[in-house]
Amino acid sequence: MSAATDKKGATGGGLSGWFRKRFPWDQLMEDHVTGYYAPKNFNWWYVFGSLALLALIIQIVTGIFLTMSYKPSAAEAFGSVEYIMRDVEWGWLIRYMHSTGASMFFVVVYLHMFRALLYGSYQKPRELVWIFGMLIYLVMSAEAFFGYLLPWGQMSYWGAQVIVSLFGAIPVIGEGLVEFIRGDYFISDVTLNRFFALHVIALPIVLLGLVVAHILALHEVGSNNPDGVDIKEKKGPDGRPLDGIPFHPYHTAKDVPAWVVFAMVFAIIVFFAPEMGGYFLEHANFEPANPLKTPEHIAPVWYFTPFYAILRAVPDKLGGVLAMGAAMFMLFLLPWLDRSPVRSIRYKGPLFKLALTLFIISFVMLGWLGLQPATSLYTILARVFAIIYFAFFLLMPFYSKIDKTKTPPPRVTYHG
Amino acid sequence: MSDGVDLGRRRFLGAATGVTSAIGIGFVAVPFLSSWKPSARAQALGAPVEVDISKLDDGALMRVEWRGKPIWVLKRTPEMIERVEQADPMVRDPMSEEPQQPEYASGRLRSIRPEVLVVIGSCTHLGCSPSPRFDVGAEDLGGADWPGGFFCACHGSKFDLAGRVWRGVPAPLNLVVPPHKYVDDATILVGEDEGVA
Repeated sequence: MSAATDKKGATGGGLSGWFRKRFPWDQLMEDHVTGYYAPKNFNWWYVFGSLALLALIIQIVTGIFLTMSYKPSAAEAFGSVEYIMRDVEWGWLIRYMHSTGASMFFVVVYLHMFRALLYGSYQKPRELVWIFGMLIYLVMSAEAFFGYLLPWGQMSYWGAQVIVSLFGAIPVIGEGLVEFIRGDYFISDVTLNRFFALHVIALPIVLLGLVVAHILALHEVGSNNPDGVDIKEKKGPDGRPLDGIPFHPYHTAKDVPAWVVFAMVFAIIVFFAPEMGGYFLEHANFEPANPLKTPEHIAPVWYFTPFYAILRAVPDKLGGVLAMGAAMFMLFLLPWLDRSPVRSIRYKGPLFKLALTLFIISFVMLGWLGLQPATSLYTILARVFAIIYFAFFLLMPFYSKIDKTKTPPPRVTYHG
Repeated sequence: MSDGVDLGRRRFLGAATGVTSAIGIGFVAVPFLSSWKPSARAQALGAPVEVDISKLDDGALMRVEWRGKPIWVLKRTPEMIERVEQADPMVRDPMSEEPQQPEYASGRLRSIRPEVLVVIGSCTHLGCSPSPRFDVGAEDLGGADWPGGFFCACHGSKFDLAGRVWRGVPAPLNLVVPPHKYVDDATILVGEDEGVA
């Protein structure tokens, strides 16, 4: 038994011993880092969880520094962002890191979610890991939405106008609710001020709490892997899973190169394409908010566009809002929709592979359509892809059950 | 038996404490939630505005701001009024049966005076502000069928010269007519309609 495991034992003297008796630091490290056994057959799809953590850290640090120069009032907000960009030393870098960080956070989280789809990481017993993850995604989206109003540009303003008025579609209480959210009869200084509070305090606290819950739930049930084989079923005489290796130093050693690659991509975007051709920072947002003039074409930032395309595809306001909400809700239900006896795509049958391919195509196409103006052809396309999107989830209990699956090996496949 | 502990009493006290705390938290939540409602200042800033229409030309559109919303005042020519009538078969709610306007501005033309239309220029779909497109027969808006009106570039909704919504577009309802009244022949008060029959 290692020194770290006997908490109350008088192991070790000196400062660290003194500390250990008063705070379970090494116990925490043992439980969650050095003694957390994760499958040895992780592939590169498994780096996005730790990259998401890195993205979160970047957002928090750059965000704290931005609040030091930003002014959350309708009269000063736009000017204070320009001030950060031009007059604050290195302000442009900090702001571009924050704006690029937001998009990169979504890139990483979408890939992390796709990994879960590939390897069935949401299946029993990891339902709560998935639910906490989906809640993180939801809160992140709200966080991004509130943050997007803060520069007080045209797209900030009209984007917020569109999203807030979605709540107006709710029967009876809708209009009152919209007024309650805005705190005014239109998106105004009052709205900006409260969105600032939600963006910098309320939601980050919720987000951090959810991240802790996500990791604790994961460490309780153990990580899935590309084979979808439960490593806890084959344990050695020491009680450790035979196919597991400690998270640190083995998986951290693999995550470090991923962090380096991420940092390189991140730096290239920040330095050479911070606006990303209007996808990360929309052109209309370089004009101050004007409540009397709507930009020609309102499109949300790319990470919301698949859901936005579904909203637009329905020719009825309440119906559109419900469809968008349902599109999000479907993801929450995933653990109970998948009736497949195997987890990983490696052993799933052709039906699931076909469904997943169609789903990814429709998700990407909806994302693209959400960026385009609403012409009649695009509306029809959006309807087709929205139907495929929903079919992926609603038909899953059937096709995942009748699909011809292969039998997974008793232990993980691992070469070398 | 647990050493003379009265479990019924413990449960009762526990439940009573829980219920009392919940009620207390409910009351404490009221001021916090109420602080999100429009403040006294926001309400004062939402006061009515006067619009002088004496200099408005026939066929011209004028924009003013009321509660941060664009208010359109359109002086319709007799020809424009005729085109509103022709649009009846193309619009969803030709006689303004949905409650999108005060009583005194209902019907086909949706105005107090036939020639002066007052509407909130904010699309009933998701609140974008449509653009005036008075070019009759515009190619991109359906060619010969387009009688002039308003087009929302956000999601493609169309409205006629009385703010009535087209069929088959995302916007569900006609543009809103705000409460308004004529103070005198050339002045409209937007935001208040006391005394208008």
